Parts: sequence; structure tokens; C-alpha cells
Amino acid sequence: MIKSRIRKYHAPVWDEPLVMQLGAAGRQGVAMPITEAAISEVVGDPQNLIPPSMRRKSKLDLPELSEFEVQRHYLHLSQQILGMMQISLFGTCTMKYNPRVNEKIVYQPYVAEINPHQNPQTLQGSLEIVSRFDHLLRQLSGLDKFVFQAGGGADAAYTQACITRAYHASRGELSQRNEIITTSQAHPCNPATAAAAGFKVITLPLEEDGYPSIDALKAVLSSRTAALMVNNPDDIGIYNPNIREWVKLVHEAGGLCFYDHANFNGVMTRIRAADLGFDACMYMLHKTFGGPKGGGGPAVGAYGCRKELIPFLPGPLIEKSEDGSYELREAGDLSIGRVREFWGNVPTVIRAYSWTRAMGIEGLRDAANISVLANNYMEKRILEIPGITKGLPELTKRRLEMTRYSLGDLTQETGVTTVDIQNRMTDYGVDAFWLSHEPWFIPEPFTPEAGELWSIEDLDYWIDILETVCTEARENPELVKSSPHNQSIHKLGGSNLNDPDNWATTWKAYKRKNEKVE
Amino acid sequence: MKNIDSKIPAPHPFMANTAADSFKEMLRVAEVGDIEELFEQIPDEHRYIGDWEFPEALTSEVSLYRHVSGILKKNISCEDYLNFLGAGCWQHYVPAICDEMVTRTEFLTSVWGTPSSDHGRNQVWFEFASQIGELVGMEFVGLPLYSFGTAGGHAIRMASRMNSRHQVLVPSSLDPERLAVMKTYCGYPELNGFIEIILVDVDPISGRLDLRDLESKLSGEVTAVYFDNPNYLGVIETDAKAICDLAHKFGSEVIVGVDPISLGVLASPAEYGADIVVGTTQPLGVHMNCGGGVGGFIATRDEERYAREYPTLQVSLTETVEPGEMAFALTLFEQSSYGSREDGNDWTGNSVYLWAVANATYMSLMGPSGFKSIGHTILERSHYAALKIAEIPNLTVPWGTGFFKEFVVNFDSTELKVSEINARLLKLGIFGGKDLSKDFPDLGQSALYSVTEVHTQQDLDTLVKALEEVTK
Repeated sequence: MIKSRIRKYHAPVWDEPLVMQLGAAGRQGVAMPITEAAISEVVGDPQNLIPPSMRRKSKLDLPELSEFEVQRHYLHLSQQILGMMQISLFGTCTMKYNPRVNEKIVYQPYVAEINPHQNPQTLQGSLEIVSRFDHLLRQLSGLDKFVFQAGGGADAAYTQACITRAYHASRGELSQRNEIITTSQAHPCNPATAAAAGFKVITLPLEEDGYPSIDALKAVLSSRTAALMVNNPDDIGIYNPNIREWVKLVHEAGGLCFYDHANFNGVMTRIRAADLGFDACMYMLHKTFGGPKGGGGPAVGAYGCRKELIPFLPGPLIEKSEDGSYELREAGDLSIGRVREFWGNVPTVIRAYSWTRAMGIEGLRDAANISVLANNYMEKRILEIPGITKGLPELTKRRLEMTRYSLGDLTQETGVTTVDIQNRMTDYGVDAFWLSHEPWFIPEPFTPEAGELWSIEDLDYWIDILETVCTEARENPELVKSSPHNQSIHKLGGSNLNDPDNWATTWKAYKRKNEKVE
Repeated sequence: MKNIDSKIPAPHPFMANTAADSFKEMLRVAEVGDIEELFEQIPDEHRYIGDWEFPEALTSEVSLYRHVSGILKKNISCEDYLNFLGAGCWQHYVPAICDEMVTRTEFLTSVWGTPSSDHGRNQVWFEFASQIGELVGMEFVGLPLYSFGTAGGHAIRMASRMNSRHQVLVPSSLDPERLAVMKTYCGYPELNGFIEIILVDVDPISGRLDLRDLESKLSGEVTAVYFDNPNYLGVIETDAKAICDLAHKFGSEVIVGVDPISLGVLASPAEYGADIVVGTTQPLGVHMNCGGGVGGFIATRDEERYAREYPTLQVSLTETVEPGEMAFALTLFEQSSYGSREDGNDWTGNSVYLWAVANATYMSLMGPSGFKSIGHTILERSHYAALKIAEIPNLTVPWGTGFFKEFVVNFDSTELKVSEINARLLKLGIFGGKDLSKDFPDLGQSALYSVTEVHTQQDLDTLVKALEEVTK
């Protein structure tokens, strides 16, 4: 039953040309400082400072705009992004408030205008924050040390794959231990990073309890087992209660155990990776810890491990010296080296520290409680909408911070798919929900995540929009299938972008392939 | 030490449903008596019930701001001191409009919408790729990667998948930080997909790649030759075309790493024969952020054999159902790890997509004339500094011509270590160049100095005077 008044909405339509189509020859958006006469006198014509063979000969076909024209263009484009301007319940990404005070802080020169090679004496502020945050995460996980070099959750999974490699190599067992085990519900980055690091991947499928059985795990464990990489709870809100037994079995087989804590929000302050026996875990600071998504980074996959794995961590490591100051120490011979240059997206570590301090331990517990409660609140209402069913309905225990639903019945009845519903919801100013990672084992899936940010009115409004659109799907399926109608642009045309004749990732390629343009 | 067992939350500015009525209404509708019922899936023995040693919450913004900024003010920034450190993360001026865009809530908080609801952002991404492509002379460009080094690592793996070869040649002058990343990406001999990294000598006289050593190491086993232009030590590879021709003779791919801020004045890698171009995006409108500003890209010719090996996501220009209306959508998604898990090309995930907004804004501001003039400005200022430093007794600049932005200063004749010189400079408010003595012992006591458009003649004269003083 719809509870709210459905408000009018239309996205801005600027019909904005590409920046390459704007401006006019001879305009410029920046001026360089005037070269001092003394410099010119000494060095002469700058063009002569370039070896002749390496001088640029081709003309650069870049836009020529005034400063204001550039600003206006990108402001227009910013307005054609829905994002968190209204309600975004994008599951698995834990949409939460990104406190504005953190932006104010990280754009100060004492954060932004810092070179990573500076003498550590001049970096004491940043080193202290990173170190303090490491200690907070140690408490939340029970693990012994965190590093922040990984540029996202997938990069932290890759860090694990690399540490697995170095760990077994140091024991002379790597050529034998070349298998990493994961589950079909683990995020794709787990199998993908394991394979990229050179491992063979074994993926355990779900069974009737909503997770793979212990027998299935036992059947694949052997002297070839290098590691287990797994999420818990998974993206459908199912918690594997056998996880301690799993970790024990993998350890007995000689493998390492990595906890992908992408879905930490619902269990924070209740579950600690170390208590479950894990050797290492990963937190996403741009999701669980209040950092902004930025449309896909800069992000941080905070990687933490037990002391036995510390020698394998990527360097440099932050340590406190006897006089109380902080140092950067290069890691030792066992270290995996680097997964990325330098020591991480420092501004996002600062944001995460700041967010965590603003929450306090009680705030973290409240956030976990609210996010799970909000999911269960939504579930009651969503399942009242005809045509929507719960993924794995036979599993009746309360889901954690996410529930995966299916629009399969509605699709059968109306032909309207989950992607159509997603598109139509944006017509009401509600950004896309998450569908499902590969593999899809629930037909026409969608996965909202309520989190702790959104008010009960926001959640109601979101559900009201979903219900409105499901009603439209029955009454006027074409309206939904041809959506969006209130967005900055219409539905995509049917062009096959996997065809080399059609794809164009640059304007130059597009012009060449579509000569009628211009 | 504290124990948390509160059932009803305390009001908090980040959480609307901490309001008692909201919380109770959710409990009621969800038919929850005690909040713990919601965690019934988690066995008791999995739960942490101990105490926490957590500092007090700083719920008030004023307290939080004072606490966090108070700690960070212990830093000394490159605006406080005169900075000559670069070495993979460079101090360029960031136009105010770049900062305006990346702090806009729309760009900052977006996640994955639909092609319509993310239209503005997708267009920025396309403009990022188009402008990078124009600078490097390539027509196929993926969305950004974590860094220059990770882009290099992925590019080497692309080459190896294409020609099934397992050796890569890289110059011995490569940035050690990036070399370490590439080594990680090239794997271990015990496992699948290992690629052996072989270092090619750099001619100590010219600072450039030693072509004879390159030729002697090339063979049918070499998947790719990788080199930077300019190289890590700032030297421009004038024989770039000869390097490319030589590599192609052996059927190897050529991967060139660039700093795009140089490409208004330097030849594009496509002009001299590169197959895959990688590079940094940080100089294009992103603050150094203590290394958190780094980003990378991969670009190639728009040929299927390259396109099918990209590990990244990429957006393509396309159209909507409305005639003449532009749209952007992902292309070749299925070959990513999102599409194919372990069967995809390497992996992808969150990257540094927000920096693509800064990069696109920066490149649009610069245009052809801006890139040319910033190139000239950097050449002039860095050469002025190099010439003046070379005049200081006992200091030498081994490669004083044919460089861009960075140059090596050798201090051997001063009988002082770079670490000592830099400590003395620090006392004068100067961050001296990156100490190379550990990573490049053959260069003796040398440092890598970075000079950009932010440095005035007065800054450079201050440096010269300080160097004179501290090496007396």
C-alpha cells in the first residue's frame, strides 16, 4: 500500500554537447605564468630544449574554451547525475552519508599538497591518523596490523592473493599449493584476483541452506589448497554459521583464510575476523567507513592480518618509534613488494578515521543495528507488493543488511524485467538498485541495501516508487519498458557495443566510424 | 574500556532512524521485539562480547574538525616549504575548477546508476578517454586504473595474453616504486601466467636506453618492450622510434609509459610506434595527496586484438531511441571480471574514477595551447634550474640537456650524502630532490629534482643559493 505522496520529478536536460564540440579556435581556459626575463636569457627558445626527433609534430585536436565555458560545461554534466541527490539504495555498496567536514579537511594543503617522498618528520600528522585508524581497525577485527595501499576492495583481494603466493613460496610449497577456493556468492574480485595472481580457482556452488556444505568444502581441500577467499554474510543476507569449521578445515589442509568483509555493515561490533579464525580480512573504507564512492574510487581496501602474515605485507609500513614519532619503514625480504605505488589513498583513510571517530563504538553498533532493522522493515513492505518474491524464500531466518528479491513473477506476467523497473524508478528520482553479481541464480534479481543513513520516510518513499512502477508494469507495460521518460536522456538504442564497428571509446574513433558526423 | 549493549540508539546526525519514534516504528512493522532477534543467523559462539578500547565519539562536528585537523596540521606541506620532490607524484598547480568539480556532491557520491541516471558522469568519462587518446595519439582508451604502475602491469599482461610470450624487457632506470608494482603483476614462476622481467641497461653517458643491450636481449620469447618517455630520471628517449622498430622486428609489442603533461610539446608515442600507451593521470588536475592522487590509464589503437584484452571497464558513445540523442554505455563488459569472474581479463573494481573528472576538466581548460605552454614553461624552468645548479662547485647534472621536468643532480664531489644535504635543506625550508643513492647505487650520491610551472625564478634561485650553502 502506497504511503507517500509521489512527488513530481524531472532530471535536468541540458542536451549538452561533448566538450570537444564546444568552444572556438584561439580560446584558452588557463594562462601560464610569464617566464621571467632572466630565465629566457639563460635557456633561450624552449622549443630548442627538446631533441628534434622528439618534438611534437601533430596538432592536438583538444577543445578550446574559456575558463567559464569549461566550468559551465562540467556543472551541466554534474547536474545530469542522479546519485545520492535523492535516495540510492544500491546494494553491496552501503550508501551512507559522506560527511562534508571530511571534504573540508582533505582539501587543505596539509593533506592535499603533500609529496609521499617527503621526510617522515614532515608527515607526522598523516602518519598519526593512519596509525590511529590502523589501531581502531585492529579492535574491530581482532587482527594485528592493517595497511592501506590497496586502491579498493578488489585490490585488497589481490593483496591477499599475492600474500598467499609469497607465504607458500616462503615455505617452498607454492608449486604444489596452487588452488584458491571461493564460493559462487563471493564477489567476482575474489576468483578474478586469485586467477590473475596465477592460481587455479575452485568455486563452490550454493546448496539448500544458502551456502555450500561442509562436505563440498572437504571434497576440494587437499595439499594443493593455497587459500580460502570468502564473504560472510553474502550479498543476499545469508550468514554461513559453519564458517569457523570451514576456517579450521582450510587451516588443517595448510591453506590461508581471507575474509572479504564487503558486507561488514550489518555485523560490525558483533563479528571479528580473528575470532572466527581468519588470517586476514578486508574492509572497504569508501563504503562501510563513510568515504565517498566518487563514482568508483579513489577507494581504499584496508587489508589487515595476523602477526604471522605481517612480514608479507606490502611496504612501506608505518611504525611508532621510541621517541613517539612515526616512521615509514620499508618492508623486509618476505614482503610482496607493492600492489600499488605509495602507501594508499591517504585522504580516504583520513575520511574513514574521521567518520569512525564521529560514530564511536556505540555509533557503530547503532549503525549495524539500524541497517539490519531497516532491511527487515523493508522486507515486510516489499514482499507485500504482488509479483515480488524473496530470493531463497525457504530460508526463513532474518536476513542481515541485505535481502535479494526476484521480480521473476512480475516479468512472467507482464514482460517487464528488473532492468526496466530500474530504469523506470529513475523517472521518480530514485537511482538504480543493485541487481546481482554474476552468477545470477535468482531470476530478475534486485538487491536494495537500506543501511543506516536513510530515514524511515526515505525507505517508505523508495518502496512506494517500486510499488508504483510494479503497478504501471501491469497497467501499461510499454510505459515501463520504454522508460526512462523523465531523465536527462532516453533509453539506449539497440546498438551492439561489442561490435568493433560500433564501439567508440574516444571521440576520434566515433568520428572515424560515423563519417556522416561533422 | 566499555561494553556496548544499548538496545535503543542515541540520536546521531548521520543516522535519521536514531530518532526514537522512527526506530520503534521499524521494530513494530518488522515484528521485532528485541533487536538481537535480527541476528539469529549468527551463532552465539561467533560473537564478540568483550570490551572495547575505543575513544569517545566525537559526534559534534566542531569537536571532530578540531581533533582531526589538529593532528593533520603537524604535517608540513609543499605550500609551506619549497618542494623539489616528484618521482612518481608531482607538484603541479591544480586549477580551482578541478577541485570544484571533484567536490560536487553529484560527482562525489555517485555509484552505479543507469545509462540515463549517470549520463553526466559517463559523458565526463568519455571526454576523459577522448582527450587522453588525443594526447597519446590512440583511439581506444579504457577507464582509469589505480596508478601508472598498475597500468603498466596490466599492459604487460595484455601483451602476454596476445602473443603468448613470457618475458618483458624494461629499462634499468625504471621507477623502483613502479617496478615493484609491475613485478607483483608479473607473478611467480611456480604459477600460471608468470612473466619474467629482464632489465635493459641504460647508457651512463646519455641516460637513455642502451640499444645494443636491448637488441641482445630481444628474442621470440619477448612479449613486450616497455619504456618510459621521458624516463624516470627525466631523460627523453630520443631513439624512441629505433626502440620500437627493433622490438617490432622480433614481433614484440611496445608499451610506452608517459607523463601526459609533456605531450603538448613531446611527440606522441603513436608517432614513433608504440602499440600500448600507459601513463599517469595525477599531473592533470589532481593533488599529490601524499601519493593518494595517483591514477593511470591504458590506450591503444582501436583494433580488436587490443580491445579484447583490456582488463578495465570502458564507455562507448552510442545513441538512445531518440534520433540524434547521445548516450554512453559500457562496451566489452563481458570480458571484465564483473562479467566473467576468473575467466575475465585480470580484474577490475573501484578505481580512481573521480580523478577522471578532474582530469577531463583539466584537459579541457588546457586545450592545445595550454598543453604547449605548460610544456614550454616546465622546460624553461627546469632547464634554468639545472644550468644554475651545474654551476655550483662540486655539483654536476649528468644529463643537463634533453630532459623534461626532472633531472639528476650528483653530489659525489661534495663528499656529502644526499640524506645529509636534504636534512640541511629541510632546515632551510626546502624539500630537496628524491634521494637515488639506495635504488641506483651506480649513480653515487644523486638526487632527482622536479621543477614545474609552480616554481618561480625566485624559488629556483633560492634553491641554488641553498644548495651552494649546504654543500660548501
